[in-house]
Amino acid sequence: MNDVTGMPQTAVVIGGGSDIALATLRLLAKRRLRAVVLLGRSAEALNEAAEQLRGAGVEEVTTEIFDVNDFSHASEVAEETVARLGTVDLVLVAAGFLGDASLEVIDPESVAHMIATNFTGPAAAMTAFSQRLLRQGFGRIVVLSSVAGVRVRRSNFVYGSAKAGLDGFAQGLDDALVKTGLSVMIVRPGFVHSKMTLGLKAAPMSTTPEAVAGAIVKGLESGASVVWAPSSLMWVFGILVHLPRRLWRLVPG
Amino acid sequence: MIPGDTDAFVGWGNNNATRAVHRRPRNTKEIAALLEGSSMCIARGLGRAYGDAAQCAGGTVIDCTGLSEILAFDGSSGVVRVEAGCSLDQLSRYSVSRGWFVPVTPGTAFVTIGGAVAADVHGKNHHREGSIAGYIEELCLVTPDGPRIVGPDRDPELFWATCGGMGLTGVITEVALRLMPIATSYLSVDTDRARDLDACMEMLASGDERYRYSVAWIDAGTRGRALGRAVITRGDHARVEALAGTQRSIPLTYNPVQRLSVPFTPPVSMVNALTLPVFNSLWYHRAPKHRTDEIQTMSAFFYPLDMLRDWNRLYGPRGFTQYQMVVPFGQEHVVRYTIERLQEASCPSTLGVLKRFGAGDPAPLSFPMPGWTLALDIPLGSPSLAVALDDCDRHVAGAGGRVYLAKDGRMRPELMREMYPRIDQFLETCHRTDPDGLFVSDLSRRIGLTPTTPTQRKGMKP
Ligand SMILES: Cc1cc2nc3c(=O)[nH]c(=O)nc-3n(C[C@H](O)[C@H](O)[C@H](O)COP(=O)(O)OP(=O)(O)OC[C@H]3O[C@@H](n4cnc5c(N)ncnc54)[C@H](O)[C@@H]3O)c2cc1C
Repeated sequence: MNDVTGMPQTAVVIGGGSDIALATLRLLAKRRLRAVVLLGRSAEALNEAAEQLRGAGVEEVTTEIFDVNDFSHASEVAEETVARLGTVDLVLVAAGFLGDASLEVIDPESVAHMIATNFTGPAAAMTAFSQRLLRQGFGRIVVLSSVAGVRVRRSNFVYGSAKAGLDGFAQGLDDALVKTGLSVMIVRPGFVHSKMTLGLKAAPMSTTPEAVAGAIVKGLESGASVVWAPSSLMWVFGILVHLPRRLWRLVPG
Repeated sequence: MIPGDTDAFVGWGNNNATRAVHRRPRNTKEIAALLEGSSMCIARGLGRAYGDAAQCAGGTVIDCTGLSEILAFDGSSGVVRVEAGCSLDQLSRYSVSRGWFVPVTPGTAFVTIGGAVAADVHGKNHHREGSIAGYIEELCLVTPDGPRIVGPDRDPELFWATCGGMGLTGVITEVALRLMPIATSYLSVDTDRARDLDACMEMLASGDERYRYSVAWIDAGTRGRALGRAVITRGDHARVEALAGTQRSIPLTYNPVQRLSVPFTPPVSMVNALTLPVFNSLWYHRAPKHRTDEIQTMSAFFYPLDMLRDWNRLYGPRGFTQYQMVVPFGQEHVVRYTIERLQEASCPSTLGVLKRFGAGDPAPLSFPMPGWTLALDIPLGSPSLAVALDDCDRHVAGAGGRVYLAKDGRMRPELMREMYPRIDQFLETCHRTDPDGLFVSDLSRRIGLTPTTPTQRKGMKP
């Protein structure tokens, strides 16, 4: 059960290999977290994450192969996961991948795949889990969005537009969940140094998985519905969204 | 969605809402039928527990306020037989004019008798008169195999597990309670100001035995030399001779009205680092240094907060929590530590309550034990609060103390056993009457009193 300070005892991660998710769970392990289910595509990444979480003191860690694009299984996976944990206090949606977006290299298939992995897949999984959690009567869903979706940039418009879709979906879902005992927290990190961005040129105000994790835990404690990491990005993007397109498209990288 | 009429439930702290089927039975029979048809449930009174004690996410909340009759009253012995959903307010409206009052009352009259028994509540007279369990002749408890009558001489094990048992032994439907005779509905109150924590503790320790009721309201925000400065109010029921005018001609009356209310939840907490110091300072300096024999009404003395309806809304959308702990005599330093630790974490707290407890009772989950109890209301939302309270828990448990489950929303589950060493006895009793683990609350799952998974529940062993 979640406590009044927003700290969960059980968690599910969708995209269990994510650096941000792992850093978040490690922080939560210092508080109340005792059981975790990691769902993801790569057994290797999941096992490695599971090992680290056990080392961090989480009593019960299980892993399960699940690809968010496997829509038809999402409800079944949600059902099994909740049965395993008893109650699920926190669902952390961290699945996603940052592909190359220059017009020369993308093709219809890669675009469809990128959007599926970053938007439709996570949205379908969130649907499955929120429907299951409605029956348990409570739960917090945390979804990793991105500033890339707040205003889509030329250089990564496929990823950005998928995140924009996911961000909108999460807002709508949160509104739909009012008074159900469930709620959604949207996390909008800037450029994060992690596996996903390895080799990419860092954007200004870049951050680390640990810092984003810190912001997430703080958001859980304060009961936030949107978290920016770093928090100053809220002001920056508050201005950037109003920049005329002619100027915005000149933003490099 | 869960089938049936569901509602989102919160405790008095207005947070951590969870949804459950809401049922409001009218009698014992309906409750027995409800138990038959549910897989997990918990009783609920007026929702004055601060945390998640009267919530049952995904299960059924049995709202007992539909059972609120005063069934019988014996004017010679003072024993009243009431349904468990009757509030203390309702009971006092009936009994005070007849010259009787509840022997133990918490700081609000808006609790049900069932809730008061389930938390084994204490009042300002605990140092002399103990908690409410000591005044119960018998009670009716509905368990999975039907209603049973229990009392200190009738299945005492189940009786004591039910007192303070937070609804986990069954649903209380009736209570036979011994009331206390009073000559007037007024109190004669002495007020003293203490300049710091040591002075306050010293005054309480040396003077308490002279008073039936005693409590110190402490300013937990002020640092340094004046840390823990307090206003101590102590008194007893006034004699008729102490009254004057109309009070003297109508010495027994109880009809408080709530004139003020907080109509909606403001977008941010009105209780914060800006407002609190001002409030605390005004309150301290307004109090007299020393005043004796002031006549106060019962509602002003026992229930000052009840005058403002829905005052918990002042804490804004994130809500608040109360940290109430007790540590044995000799462990005074933990009281100081708690205040200082919360100050260090910059977690503002409103007026705290400090009081001395007398002897505890045989109830395995009852909170009071001889020692000092401190209660602090704290707005939620600060990122340093959770860790600060965890530190406090460790010190409290280390000193042989405990936190109060009726106020809790966040205690460290692994300290439960240390804080409540008779827990196995409690779990064994629950297992005997409820082998399938039907009674489950959010609290019981959060602190590990009951397992969270249905399969675990089936085979639950203490
Ligand atoms: C302003 C304020 C001041 C307070 N001061 C004090 C104080 O001085 N001393 C003190 O001891 N407490 C105090 N309390 C706490 C309060 O007395 C307890 O939480 C009490 O249990 C609340 O009763 P309720 O009817 O609101 O029960 P709820 O909050 O609805 O339920 C509390 C617990 O009782 C159980 N319960 C309720 N009804 C039944 C029933 N019929 N059968 C079985 N179980 C049942 C529930 O399952 C739950 O575990 C205070 C609370 C407030 C808000």
